[in-house]
Amino acid sequence: MTPLVEMRNISLRFGGNQALDNVSVNLYPGEVVGLLGHNGAGKSTLIKVLSGAYRADSGQIWVNGQEVQIRTPQDAQAQGIETIYQTLALADNLDAVANVFLGREKVRGVRLDEDIMELEARKTLDRLRVKIPSLRLPVAQMSGGQRQTVAIGRAIYFKARCLIMDEPTAALGPEETQKVHQLIKALKAEGVGIFLISHDLHDVFDLADRITVMKNGRLVGTVYTQDVTHDDVLGMIIGGVMPKNARPADQPAPRA
Amino acid sequence: MQMQSVSKAHTSLVSSLGVDGRILTMLVVLAVVWTVFQILTMGQPGQFLSPQNLWNLSVQTAVVGIMVGGMVMVIVTRQIDLSVGSVLGFSGMIMALIQTVPPLGWGGNWLLALLAGLLLGALIGAFQGYWVAYWGVPAFVVTLAGLLIFRNATFIVASGRTIGPLNDNFKVLGGGLNGSIGEFWTWVVGLAVMAYIVYQALTNRNRRIKNGLPVRPMWAEVVVNGALLALTLAFVLVMNAFPYPGTNVPRGMPVPVLITLIVLFVLNWVALNTRFGRYVFAIGGNPEAALLAGINVKRMLVAVFALMGMLAALAGAVQAARLNFVTNSMGNLLELDVIAAAVIGGTALAGGSGTIVGAALGALLMSSLRSGMVLMGLPTEWQNVVLGTVLLAAVIWNSVYLRSRR
Ligand SMILES: Nc1ncnc2c1ncn2[C@@H]1O[C@H](COP(=O)(O)OP(=O)(O)O)[C@@H](O)[C@H]1O
Ligand SMILES: [Mg+2]
Repeated sequence: MTPLVEMRNISLRFGGNQALDNVSVNLYPGEVVGLLGHNGAGKSTLIKVLSGAYRADSGQIWVNGQEVQIRTPQDAQAQGIETIYQTLALADNLDAVANVFLGREKVRGVRLDEDIMELEARKTLDRLRVKIPSLRLPVAQMSGGQRQTVAIGRAIYFKARCLIMDEPTAALGPEETQKVHQLIKALKAEGVGIFLISHDLHDVFDLADRITVMKNGRLVGTVYTQDVTHDDVLGMIIGGVMPKNARPADQPAPRA
Repeated sequence: MQMQSVSKAHTSLVSSLGVDGRILTMLVVLAVVWTVFQILTMGQPGQFLSPQNLWNLSVQTAVVGIMVGGMVMVIVTRQIDLSVGSVLGFSGMIMALIQTVPPLGWGGNWLLALLAGLLLGALIGAFQGYWVAYWGVPAFVVTLAGLLIFRNATFIVASGRTIGPLNDNFKVLGGGLNGSIGEFWTWVVGLAVMAYIVYQALTNRNRRIKNGLPVRPMWAEVVVNGALLALTLAFVLVMNAFPYPGTNVPRGMPVPVLITLIVLFVLNWVALNTRFGRYVFAIGGNPEAALLAGINVKRMLVAVFALMGMLAALAGAVQAARLNFVTNSMGNLLELDVIAAAVIGGTALAGGSGTIVGAALGALLMSSLRSGMVLMGLPTEWQNVVLGTVLLAAVIWNSVYLRSRR
């Protein structure tokens, strides 16, 4: 089976700081790969290379078995890669509709087609089932959950093949978190591949088929979720050691 | 308790008008200022609300009015342009040199002079924007340097001389004796604007209803658009009530005012209805988000500065045409008026927030205060004290307003 996305030997320095050191990960259609590691391990940097926000110093990105160059966010979007950033990356002064379509506005001639965008945004956000009374208020005036919903809506509207979620539930209450979990399962069933970055081990064990752990910019390794315990994963995150009985996990998880 | 619920009902009534609260405030302030000046100057030959004074007021607002929309965009993107007064002077001087007859000038075509001036302004703006966008030099520094360079370049290119008189066709831009469009065309413009207001209101509302989107209540639609129609009509009547000296022939709208209105209309439309406008606000709201959304932030910044430069040159053309002779101090300190007008009109210096309409009203408020104080014979020093106080009050009011909406 060909991976949907494969990052090979990615390295990136910020000045004297080796943020990524020869990191390789892959992702197959319809699976969730949990990306774990301490703060500063390089998770956000890795996915920003994939989303076109940063350019790697070296390494390759393959999509559907072909090497691609991702230099800008548009390049990533053209490959069907959508990202929900840890910082949400919303323009706080703009309304929900403008944020969902930011950079990819619908136009008629040169004029923004606000009606279509509002209708489509409404449909997309309704799918997430978090109540947003007015789509026309600046998102600065929204609750954390509503803002997160707008950021997620922005990613799913454009029918991603590969979805990157960098701590998507960090700002959410338990009920809203549950809704995001349902969404992840639904997208997975549609064949979308998802990189899920989270600090919550329970979430990751609940959702991920495989778990990739990073430490200090290096890859510790990738394991099948069904092969490991919480303690095994904690050992990978803290000690950087692979559990003894783990199989090599560069293929999708066998169906349980 | 009672008070509170009354004021709640009041705010929700106002908010269902669907008009920015800051713009409503500006309108109220303007109405108060105009009324007060009218009372204070009542009985004078050119009392404040006389057609003559209002007509002059409109011309006096034009130069700042042409530039203020560009300044709103600059400030919304979290930048500043301190060079506009100097760019106005420099491009005005170049336009004067091109068209003035030799030996003082080069005796060129006036239209060529105008186009060359506009291009020059745009290039200067783009050049400054380049350092800001691609080299990360703070706009404050780049445009402060621009202020010095172009103010003195104005002196250098003209060897310190005053250049003029300008071509008669060019002078039409300034609104002098031949610089008005007359009664008939003022009506044509006014009626076209009124037709546009009605057409917009109807088509927007019908389209939103057809698409199943929320609309504001019918009474709000009537109030807002009725007010716009009434303002347009009043404007036409005032412009047509001021005759040429010693005749009954109305002058109609001055050309510089027509230019200002067109510029403001186009900028406002672009700000609200195009990707360009949307990106200006996105960059101001969150530059990182704009980048991650694939917006070419650097190119946008260059474009915004280029637009500002071109508007400064256009204002320079109007100013030069009005004065007939260009001195090397033309436009001196005007950057302060433009920035003040934008800020008084609700543009937040932190970026991300501001409206063209508000800034236009800010420019009108400032020139109203000046004009009223001149009529009252207040010395310049006191005029400036008052304007400074108004600026401070406006900034404080804006930050209170923005905080209340967080
Ligand atoms: N834009 C940047 N410039 C410089 N250093 C950065 C930048 N982004 C991240 N880093 C550094 O790279 C390392 C990895 O950061 P990050 O990818 O955010 O980690 P994580 O998401 O795993 O918490 C950290 O040491 C961080 O300080
Ligand atoms: Mg991170």
